[in-house]
Amino acid sequence: MPAEALADPIVRITALRKSYGANEVLKGIDLDVTRGEVIAIIGKSGSGKSTLLRCVNGLEQFQDGALTVNGKPLLYESAMAMRALRQQVGMIFQGFNLFPHLSVGRNVMLAPTLVKKRSPNEAAEQATKLLARVGLAEKFNAMPDQLSGGQQQRVAIARALAMEPAVLLCDEITSALDPELVGEVLRVVESLAEEGMTLVMVTHEMNFARKVADRVIFMHQGRVHEIGPPAELFNAPKTPELKQFLSSLHD
Amino acid sequence: MISFDFLAVLAEWPLLLKGLAWTLGLTLIATPLGLLIATLGAWSRASGPAWLRRLLGAYVELLRNTPFIVQLFFIFFGLPAMGVKLSPEAASLIAMTLNLGAYGTEILRAGIQATPRGQWEAAQSLALSPVQTFTRVVLPPAFQRVWPALTSQIIIVMLGSAVCGQISTEELSYAANLIQSRNFRAFEAFIIATLVYLMLAVLARKLLMWAGPRFIFGVRSGGHG
Amino acid sequence: MVEFTLWDIVRNLLLALRWTVALSAIAFIGGGLVGGLLLTLRLGLGARTRRLISLYVQLFQGTPLLMQLFLAYFGLALLGLEVSAWTAAALALTLYTSAYLVEIWRGCVDAVPRGQWEAARSLALSFGEQLRHVVLPQAGRLAIAPTVGFLVQVVKGTALASVIGFVELTKAGSMIANASFKPFLVFGCVALLYFALCFPISLFAQHLERRTHAR
Repeated sequence: MPAEALADPIVRITALRKSYGANEVLKGIDLDVTRGEVIAIIGKSGSGKSTLLRCVNGLEQFQDGALTVNGKPLLYESAMAMRALRQQVGMIFQGFNLFPHLSVGRNVMLAPTLVKKRSPNEAAEQATKLLARVGLAEKFNAMPDQLSGGQQQRVAIARALAMEPAVLLCDEITSALDPELVGEVLRVVESLAEEGMTLVMVTHEMNFARKVADRVIFMHQGRVHEIGPPAELFNAPKTPELKQFLSSLHD
Repeated sequence: MISFDFLAVLAEWPLLLKGLAWTLGLTLIATPLGLLIATLGAWSRASGPAWLRRLLGAYVELLRNTPFIVQLFFIFFGLPAMGVKLSPEAASLIAMTLNLGAYGTEILRAGIQATPRGQWEAAQSLALSPVQTFTRVVLPPAFQRVWPALTSQIIIVMLGSAVCGQISTEELSYAANLIQSRNFRAFEAFIIATLVYLMLAVLARKLLMWAGPRFIFGVRSGGHG
Repeated sequence: MVEFTLWDIVRNLLLALRWTVALSAIAFIGGGLVGGLLLTLRLGLGARTRRLISLYVQLFQGTPLLMQLFLAYFGLALLGLEVSAWTAAALALTLYTSAYLVEIWRGCVDAVPRGQWEAARSLALSFGEQLRHVVLPQAGRLAIAPTVGFLVQVVKGTALASVIGFVELTKAGSMIANASFKPFLVFGCVALLYFALCFPISLFAQHLERRTHAR
């Protein structure tokens, strides 16, 4: 990896704290994500994994600490700054959230047309390419409700990629899928990782994390409990909480 | 410069009180009667003979697609020509009851239709009779399901009773009209009457939302429905 | 005594029916425009606006339409304006309709899942773009059936304009019933005419409702 890229992390989180009312869900998170890195976040539900992810693209606001993306801090008051941020950071949701009233192709085309002011032809071309990339070229004119869950999620990935983000956030993107559909989605994500996309993924797919992630973060009760390469975390867990978490997965 | 004289209207508070009492009284009688019709109607539409279902369907659609004031005029002015002479109060009560009954039938029918299949099957397996199944197993949860909608409808009927003043029923709008015809303070009289109606609507909603679980669908405090 | 044939009665009622239709149309369209404006304000501005509009809705939903008509009629007269029953009725019904429609439409916007908002936001769409391209199209689809259904309420509401003297179908019915001494027949016809107007609309709304949920 080139030296300059190592020098400036694309996402820098410092002492991040977030509460919902009196309930503190993130208790001081420090994390640097390097360009091209694949980070997997694992942990029990309620550990704050999704909340942390959603702070990175501003869907959740944090109260204390700092978060910068590409050197720029998050400015909630400025709608323009938030839009600029979200062009850098894309998100894939557990529930896909495709727009049901638009065809698959139009789902992918919408944001580039509106935000990047692409012409319809350009956007359509790009959409076709991206859909081919995720293996759904022939579904351009289909409506979302005609697709399986795995197909919808792949469209969601294409839709996010259309904005050419520097970072992709994946919030348990296979948790809502039938088991036989999980693979097709993970294959797409894996290919993105191979191409050098920076990925931050909250996931329960441990095998996938083991195979594809550069670092794995285990979150527990709002803190980064353990962090390291997958081999280290999965084969040699240091803390009892991580040991218990990993063993509970085998039940 | 416009001057308002609310005191002139408030001085006639006995009249307003009487009007309020009539409005409340009419509503208090029409509501249980209307709900009774709704229960019978909903049951008949769910499990009665075809002719009854059609008859009730006609009743429901007729009352839901004609204005309440026309129903009232028909009952009060029209029926005497057929030999059925009614006092203004009786006509108002009948009109309100039938109106609530029609809407209530539809609302409750939807609530009954939403009963999970398993409930009917469980009741059958326990050898309950159809009437027992309906009254003990199906009806209470159905009422609970649609109680907000029924509450809204009851309040609509209560507010709609304002029209009964047009046939000289001495309810609240009649009182306001009477007052303004005496002291020419029309705007003030109607504002005060309107505020009283608003207060009634708010209180009625609270009362109904409290009373429903206690008296109609048997949710004991602290327990589950 | 002048003898009224059935045709005399029906002909006069039909003439008055025009006014019912006209008043309904004005109230529905006017109410729709005002309601749309209120919805936009509600969505675009802050919590205080939302509370104000919520109060507006509660006011119209918690008071009798008859009172609203009286207040419009006597209130406008107080301001020194030469107000006909027609104007007062049109104003009152328009505001009444706007309150109910903004509430119906708000419910439809709320019914759009939060995930849609979040996905649109994550794609860097501005608030206006989120509304226009993602949320309102979906809310609009949900809104068609209940909006058409409310038209029936508007038509029925016009009957109250008779009380402040506007000669629409109900008022004409009262007058003809008095003149002809045939209240049963006349009010029966009046009811049937309202039914003929409202029932098809109700059926259409039910049809739309089924279609919305069939997807």
